[in-house]
Amino acid sequence: MEYKLSFKEYNEALKQKKLLGLKCKSCGAVTVPPKMVCRSCASPDLEVVELKGDGKIQTFTTCNVAAEGRESEVPYTILLVELDEGPWIMGNLVGVEPEKATMEVLMGKKVKMTEPSVFPGDKYSAGEGASPAFVLEA
Amino acid sequence: MRRVAVVGVGETNFSGPQEKTSVELFAEAAAEALAESNLKPKDIQALFLGNALGDFTEGQGSVQAFAAENIGCFNIPANRYEGACASASMAVRDAWMWVASGFYDVVLVGGVERAASMGTPLATRTFAMFSDSRYEFASGLTFPAVFAMLAHLYSAKYSVPLPKLKEQLATVSLQSYRYGMLNPKAHLRKEVTMEAVLSSFMVSTPIQLHDCCPFSDGAAALVLASEEAAKKLTDKPVFVIGTGQASNGTLANQQEYLPRFRSRELSAQRAYDMAGLKPEDIDICELHDCFSIASLISAESLGFFDFGTSGEAWMKGEADIGGKVSINPSGGLKAKGHPIGATGAGQVYEIAKQLRGEAEPGRQVEGARIGMTDTLGGDGCTLVNMIFQRGW
Repeated sequence: MEYKLSFKEYNEALKQKKLLGLKCKSCGAVTVPPKMVCRSCASPDLEVVELKGDGKIQTFTTCNVAAEGRESEVPYTILLVELDEGPWIMGNLVGVEPEKATMEVLMGKKVKMTEPSVFPGDKYSAGEGASPAFVLEA
Repeated sequence: MRRVAVVGVGETNFSGPQEKTSVELFAEAAAEALAESNLKPKDIQALFLGNALGDFTEGQGSVQAFAAENIGCFNIPANRYEGACASASMAVRDAWMWVASGFYDVVLVGGVERAASMGTPLATRTFAMFSDSRYEFASGLTFPAVFAMLAHLYSAKYSVPLPKLKEQLATVSLQSYRYGMLNPKAHLRKEVTMEAVLSSFMVSTPIQLHDCCPFSDGAAALVLASEEAAKKLTDKPVFVIGTGQASNGTLANQQEYLPRFRSRELSAQRAYDMAGLKPEDIDICELHDCFSIASLISAESLGFFDFGTSGEAWMKGEADIGGKVSINPSGGLKAKGHPIGATGAGQVYEIAKQLRGEAEPGRQVEGARIGMTDTLGGDGCTLVNMIFQRGW
């Protein structure tokens, strides 16, 4: 079976600020990040689509304790965003001071994708990984 | 399928960093479990051992083989289970299945971890390995961050204003600290005030230090036996009457269910169905309170309280001894501690002690007949639920 969208292909596109997903030809659901099959109906009949990167914040946290090797990044804010195409995705919020990242300011607010951050990798991670980054819509 | 009983249990103190090796820790727990069961190492047919991070804590893979030989269980089949914080519960469930199937009669089960000895930075890094390493760790995801996001989501979804939720969460932690004080094997044995909880260091908004369980060192062990074998070994068998296990993947992909985990609801339902019981039949539950918010989510998914209401239930004492269901009279992961590969076996240790009426005064649930465990690995990636019944 043809593997439609590998981690490597997804990650290379994301670094270019292109968010790729998989649209299911059976049920229409969009899967992102990629899997071998549709996350909704398990069909392997998928096509690669480019997502707009627009969505709504479903939840967030501002992290003050990071994993070993990433201590210099704190504080940073992690989001779960519901994309306009349906799926939720994890990413980072930029452009909002950590102390201003509250439920009132963020929950349910519209965001759009901006330049991603790239974790360069550590001795455990088998290389780098890009993280989608979002800004609040004006 | 044959009936299977827990016939003996053992547990080390759960603690901060200490100097015993993993095989030494497990030996201490195993010796206690074997002595309780009136068995010798040569009587054990197989070992099922939970150990999530031995490779990182002491550079030891395949610890199960060294653990078996160390205690004199020479050359027996020995399996290691890695399901993050649910590792030992996976081991118990598989051991139960092998005995229930008739293949083995008497087996040793347990878990061991030196999570405290690793120190917080490496522990935070390795615990994050139980989230999606390719697609979610790049965002800086940590374990507190997972449950912190679920806390904000819980507040919004169930319309519990954050200040009110924070007070409920502090109440959950305080209940656990209270029972930890009465448990001589608990890692954190200290009096803590509401004010101290609410003013503690902000780890990941809105989760503060006192909302988090500690990283612990420790081991736990159990002997499981077929009903027939159990009759010769103990007059107080604790029967395994229901088990369930389920998995889920990437956190964001659980979008329809969050802050709940579908894996828990499937796992718990399987355990209830097998036991032929309902949530109201459970007298005592050791549930997976890795963070205070995790207690609320778990208690609701297990069916003890309606969604969005368990914080109120904790505040009214309904999750306390003498309430609707006695939750975590051991002190839970919060106070008893969380040596992750051993935690599930530690929960079963507590249930067996409680059903036998052997817990310390002040935290014994009088007349407890049915007990349940709930163990969550990763961000829902592995869920195991088990139900136990007093056999006399």
